[in-house]
Amino acid sequence: MSAPEQISSTMGAFIALIKRDLMLSYRHRNELLNPLLFFVIVVTLFPLGVSPEKQLLQTMAPGVIWVAALLAAMLSLDTLFKSDYEDGTLEQMMLSPHSNAVLVLAKIISHWLVTGVPIILMAPLLGLFMFLPWDGIAALMLTLLLGTPVLSLVGAIGMALTLGLNRGGMLLSLLVLPLYIPVLIFSASAVDASMAGLDINGQLYFLGALLVLSITLAPLAAATSLKISVE
Amino acid sequence: MKLPAIVHKFSSPKNFYTMSGKMIPWFMWSFLITLFAGLYYGLFVAPPDYQQGESYRIMYIHVPAAWMSMFIYMVMAISASVGLIWRIKTADLMASVSAPIGAAFTFLALVTGSLWGKPMWGTYWVWDARLTSELILLFLYLGFIALQAAIEDPRNAARAGAVLLIVGVVNIPIIHYSVEWWSTLHQGATVGKFDKPSMHISMLIPLLVMATSFKLYYAASVLMRARGEILRREQNTRWVKEVVENESK
Repeated sequence: MSAPEQISSTMGAFIALIKRDLMLSYRHRNELLNPLLFFVIVVTLFPLGVSPEKQLLQTMAPGVIWVAALLAAMLSLDTLFKSDYEDGTLEQMMLSPHSNAVLVLAKIISHWLVTGVPIILMAPLLGLFMFLPWDGIAALMLTLLLGTPVLSLVGAIGMALTLGLNRGGMLLSLLVLPLYIPVLIFSASAVDASMAGLDINGQLYFLGALLVLSITLAPLAAATSLKISVE
Repeated sequence: MKLPAIVHKFSSPKNFYTMSGKMIPWFMWSFLITLFAGLYYGLFVAPPDYQQGESYRIMYIHVPAAWMSMFIYMVMAISASVGLIWRIKTADLMASVSAPIGAAFTFLALVTGSLWGKPMWGTYWVWDARLTSELILLFLYLGFIALQAAIEDPRNAARAGAVLLIVGVVNIPIIHYSVEWWSTLHQGATVGKFDKPSMHISMLIPLLVMATSFKLYYAASVLMRARGEILRREQNTRWVKEVVENESK
């Protein structure tokens, strides 16, 4: 196959895979609700556990919502490769002539579309629960928009590494959560700063940089890990 | 890129086993000598600090331990990459047996740091940038150890571990700087963290001696652990049986 043809067919495989994964998630749409419900319930626990006082909740809001989003994103990783791994589809994908990293990226993108985007859309409601002002909610959504893809990308590496293991779930959190720390720091501080009326460009640029870095490197690492797990 | 044949020859488990057996006593003795020299100069000869008095002397354990925690992670990442690229078993092995030692040094750095923090900052724990990154480094070590323990096949465990270490190496600077940025944002000047003026030579020399001593200890202990692990992994080969028979005579 000549080079341009190869590229266009890889592009075709990329798009076909996204479509397929979206279709599959649509067929199992009940499962998509779970991480979202988890996200809402975790945030609801905080006023109950700490205090319903407005001042206190407002101070905690950026951190609490972001930690909940982090955990929800991590738990939702379970659906990323698992069913394909179990029925052998993943193995076929690895054997295909297309670059594995591109295919992994397609899977991550479709996974983010069905798990990350709902979290972003749910965030304003939780912002209201936690008495975030509108500026804070806007910043929260922006940081989630830039940050949740990073969580999916980095999480995909951890998921790929723990794929064939029996008790992979706990291990996944051990591997992935420390790597999520930079996203948490910049996002929560951006929301904090926006509530104080400060400029948040710096944090957003950092998140953007993290996104670019992880979109470039994470699929490669995840594809390598998948090969190790599938063998 | 091909490695010269001598590397493969040296790194074969059997040769590695015999060579390292000869190297261990050298490392061990030079470790003990530098340890006692460093401790003596650090604890008795070096002058007390003009600001912190005698309590600064914990630095002679704390700082080398913190250096080791990062050094060992780098050694692990490099040797795991070598194992991943050139498929050298011994390199994989070095990465996996280094991990508990690295985690122990990280833990030591955290404990001594917190003991040092009590007289200096008035509290055992401060969310200071360095302490926090050290804590995260400990989590990275523990994650690696847990991953190694979870995968039964040593070959797959080594390759998966190598990917994790490489991802970790890319992330460590990012985590470090984001934590630093976070702590300046949250705390600013509230922590009375002493600004280190350049250290006096009489304090610096024992510190460097201690750092060398810790490195020698690492070399000796990692080789011992590697030898044990080689025997375990190669237990079905003839040379291991011969070694065991000879040594049990």
